[in-house]
Amino acid sequence: MASTLAKAAAGAPAVDHAARIAHVSKSFPTPNGQQLVLDDITLDVAPGEFVTLLGASGCGKSTLLNLVAGLDAPSAGSIETDGRPALMFQEHALFPWLTAGRNVELALRLRGVSKQDRRPEAERLLELVRLEGAYGKRVHELSGGMRQRVALARALAQDSRLLLMDEPFAALDAITRDVLHEELTRIWRETEVSVLFVTHNVREAVRLAERVVLLSSRPGRVAREWRVDIPQPRRIEDAAVAELSVEITEELRGEIRRHGQH
Amino acid sequence: MASTDTTSQKEKEPAGPAGTGPGAYPGTAAGTAPGASSVTAPEASSGTDDVARERELAGLGAGLDALDSVTPRRAPLRQTLVEKVLPPAVAVVLVLLVWQLLVWAKVTDSYKLPSPGAVWGEVSDAWLQGTLVDYIWTSVSRGLLGFLLALAIGTPLGLLVARVKVVRAAIGPILSGLQSLPSVAWVPPAVIWLGLNDSMMYAVILLGAVPSIANGLVSGVDQVPPLFLRAGRTLGATGLRGTWHIVLPAALPGYLSGLKQGWAFSWRSLMAAEIIASSPELGVGLGQLLENGRTASSMSMVFLAIFLILVVGIAIDLLIFSPLERRVLRGRGLLVKS
Repeated sequence: MASTLAKAAAGAPAVDHAARIAHVSKSFPTPNGQQLVLDDITLDVAPGEFVTLLGASGCGKSTLLNLVAGLDAPSAGSIETDGRPALMFQEHALFPWLTAGRNVELALRLRGVSKQDRRPEAERLLELVRLEGAYGKRVHELSGGMRQRVALARALAQDSRLLLMDEPFAALDAITRDVLHEELTRIWRETEVSVLFVTHNVREAVRLAERVVLLSSRPGRVAREWRVDIPQPRRIEDAAVAELSVEITEELRGEIRRHGQH
Repeated sequence: MASTDTTSQKEKEPAGPAGTGPGAYPGTAAGTAPGASSVTAPEASSGTDDVARERELAGLGAGLDALDSVTPRRAPLRQTLVEKVLPPAVAVVLVLLVWQLLVWAKVTDSYKLPSPGAVWGEVSDAWLQGTLVDYIWTSVSRGLLGFLLALAIGTPLGLLVARVKVVRAAIGPILSGLQSLPSVAWVPPAVIWLGLNDSMMYAVILLGAVPSIANGLVSGVDQVPPLFLRAGRTLGATGLRGTWHIVLPAALPGYLSGLKQGWAFSWRSLMAAEIIASSPELGVGLGQLLENGRTASSMSMVFLAIFLILVVGIAIDLLIFSPLERRVLRGRGLLVKS
């Protein structure tokens, strides 16, 4: 049986954190007045922690990620991050006018890495995502999985303490996604980066995370949290992953069903 | 604090995590690979198991990449000749043939419709006298210099309109409206303001080409996918750095088609100016040649001038703009060979 962490526990004073989201609300103006998308979200990401945010559509998980990334401002509450977080999207968002290597180098350049250090650093990062030799490749010459790996290398090039990922593998086929799960786990363990990973795929959430946070929908609230103590390396087909996924899915279904009742 | 009890689950599930050999599907049922050691409980996971897993993963990743990547292919020269050069050549030959047939059939007086041979005679005469290159160079040098001026003015103007809201609201509609104003309309005021000289020619070219170039850049910037801007912002490319590293390169295809149109407008405006404003000090360009042919009632000279104007327009496009555009589009994978 998996346990639920009390919501209050997340708000307990932490010595250090990669991200501290405190009582954050966000509403957007609509023709029928303000619509509350996120309601009083409190969530800390510890240094080096891997957290997945899980929720059905309309839970505002992408909105929350945008807020943490600083692309939008919260209506209430505060968000503290240690430096500017890196963000990876569902689409690779690589710049097609640059080669794979140059995409990584642009991130390094914008971070202020000197010219002679950029090329070796870009090659090291491409090697880290297992794309040695892809430096000169154009984006359209790469497969979907390779593009996401370059995007990961570019995000890592920002050298942030926190990596935000917005359903980065949702558009990939199952086997490619599986490989990238392994790669991401390996890289996370090697680099000590904290990860806040948004997904609607329960198994993916359990496969990757140390902690799964379930958001309710409309408005998004923290509904429940699970600590995942299954040892890494895991596989998405592991029995333990499956068992916890069943439990979380049941909870998620309950959340969704509530919306059909009125 | 009770946490997920993984050990008990492992015992209930004797199959455990799937131990798959190199190249096997990770999604298939457990325990089929004979060499894998992870069929037992994961607590037994050792360093060697990690290495095997690592190797298997690398192999799988490499296989997926190989299956999924696209290798660009360039057409061989022969295919280019047959598919790209032959059709227009045949079309030109057909037009000449019909023209010659009409002359033979005497559909109209010979002073109204000279034969292709007579026009060719005019070309070789001008070539032998050494004036042909002069006609062309007078106009082309004016046209290109005017175009470069238009480029220098239109680019910052377009960027301002695209990026500064007030400027767009103020002159955006006028700028796109100006595109539909025939640049011939600028010839009379330009003559009055500047007199019959080269600066009047350049003024007409600028008024014709600057709006096209600026508008091309504006529509290029407008079509930049918002995702690129968001990605740029998370990388720290904001303000001028964002414009330089993200907006301008992303807008390049739209900008280039604006340049192409800008050249066409420059060339047209120049011809209009040369036909209307001929003066001995201005030298004989292609527009003046056309006008001279009309006053001399020499239809073959008129045809020669029209032929040269057309050839120069096509040549500049084929030699400069099309290769540039193709290069940019191919680099981005936007030029798909069917």
